[in-house]
Amino acid sequence: MTYLANIGRYGLMLLEMFKKPTKWGVMKKLILKEIDELIFSSLGIIIFISFFIGGVVTIQTALNLTSPFLPKSLIGFATRQSVILEFAPTFTSIIMVGKVGSYITSSIGSMRVTEQIDALEVMGVNSLNYLIFPKLIAMLFYPFAIAISMYVGIFGGWSAAVFGGYAPTSEFIAGIQEDFVVFHVVYAFIKSLVFAIVIATLPAYHGYYLKGGALEVGKAATTSFIWTSVVLIILNYVLTQLLLG
Amino acid sequence: MIEVQGLHKSFEGKAVLKNITTTFERGKTNLIIGQSGSGKTVFLKSLIGLITPEQGKIAYDGVCLLELERDEQRELRKAMGMVFQGSALFDSMTVEENVGFPLEMFTKLSKGEKKDRIDSVLHRVNLIDAHHKYPSEISGGMMKRVAIARAIVLNPKYLFCDEPNSGLDPKTAILIDNLIQEITQEYDITTLINTHDMNSVMEIGEKIVFLKEGELAWEGSKEEIFITDNQAVGDFVYASELFKNVRSVYIDKKNR
Repeated sequence: MTYLANIGRYGLMLLEMFKKPTKWGVMKKLILKEIDELIFSSLGIIIFISFFIGGVVTIQTALNLTSPFLPKSLIGFATRQSVILEFAPTFTSIIMVGKVGSYITSSIGSMRVTEQIDALEVMGVNSLNYLIFPKLIAMLFYPFAIAISMYVGIFGGWSAAVFGGYAPTSEFIAGIQEDFVVFHVVYAFIKSLVFAIVIATLPAYHGYYLKGGALEVGKAATTSFIWTSVVLIILNYVLTQLLLG
Repeated sequence: MIEVQGLHKSFEGKAVLKNITTTFERGKTNLIIGQSGSGKTVFLKSLIGLITPEQGKIAYDGVCLLELERDEQRELRKAMGMVFQGSALFDSMTVEENVGFPLEMFTKLSKGEKKDRIDSVLHRVNLIDAHHKYPSEISGGMMKRVAIARAIVLNPKYLFCDEPNSGLDPKTAILIDNLIQEITQEYDITTLINTHDMNSVMEIGEKIVFLKEGELAWEGSKEEIFITDNQAVGDFVYASELFKNVRSVYIDKKNR
């Protein structure tokens, strides 16, 4: 019953978020600030993780291609498919839930326990619109970060292949060009856009409706990480079935 | 003027406010007193609309708050200023940005006009050199002053203060009390203050409402509180020897 009540309240929160918008001059600044905090400040970790994940995928693929009849280009092909379809959009999103999601829950939760959200409401500000809407808009730029992740992941794979002696550049490049399906990239972007909406709003829900003090802010950040990850994993399955199944 | 009629609120079946009816007049400092857990904060938050009561009527100069849609309530709240117990200043903003926030959100003033208004209210609360400091860099008393400045920057008609001098030293507490009273008279606003500080009651209590276990147990002025024979008020206000003596001196003086 509590789960249903939470789902209902989450839906109402999303509806309320679009009502009584904040003045555009103020909102513009908030959106730019959130793009900086949520997207740009995450690029470092996204690039770092993507590079090494791409490298690991390449090494593992290469080590499992023991048959001399299998072409080395398969290493590039497998790396491209794994990175584009799964590692860049899903793995990166789980990392982002930890980084961005926890930040959103704790920052909004801290504002709740110190009555800053009440202060906004007393002033006549739609606190949901003021606090969550800019984060949602900023996260719509998330697919650009995923595009970078895909590029860096494949680059990491190439680096591991060439410098580790698993495949020459020509074979690897041939592999990543082999049977390329544009829709796979579209699928990855659709998935990352849906994930972005969840990463922006679900942790915000956990922070906004928090009750208690500083200890509860920490607990809410953990709960938010778990639930957002669970929702992403389920959505990943559903979207894959719907779009590729 | 704020009129309250039959206000009732309960949480999980436990009544926290029981049929409260009272009136708060314009240009006066109205104090709500009572023990911790007596329902003072719930009462104040109900008046602002942060908590929705189950029954009752709250009218702001004839406009019924509870009959308004959520967006209309927000419009009405633009005429309200609130000083929270913990000040509730925005951590990520400087003093100047905190005070200027309502101007930024709701006015079309130019940058210069906003700056003048911010300077004027910060000067009014005796804060002249803290513009670029963050809330974490100023004292509790200064935070309360910034909160008052933010609350009055839009010239509100109603000012709400939730324990404005809690956690402050006695001297600063009196300064804050006097500042609120001066602002109330200067701006001719309806001010409501939640407190359990008896110094505030004696200093600025033009109308005092005493809550006990969610019920309005007594109301009157600071002069009347000295002579009331209400047992509950007596037990609460004159719990300390100091205030018992103050009361005796006051009554002796009056009888002479």
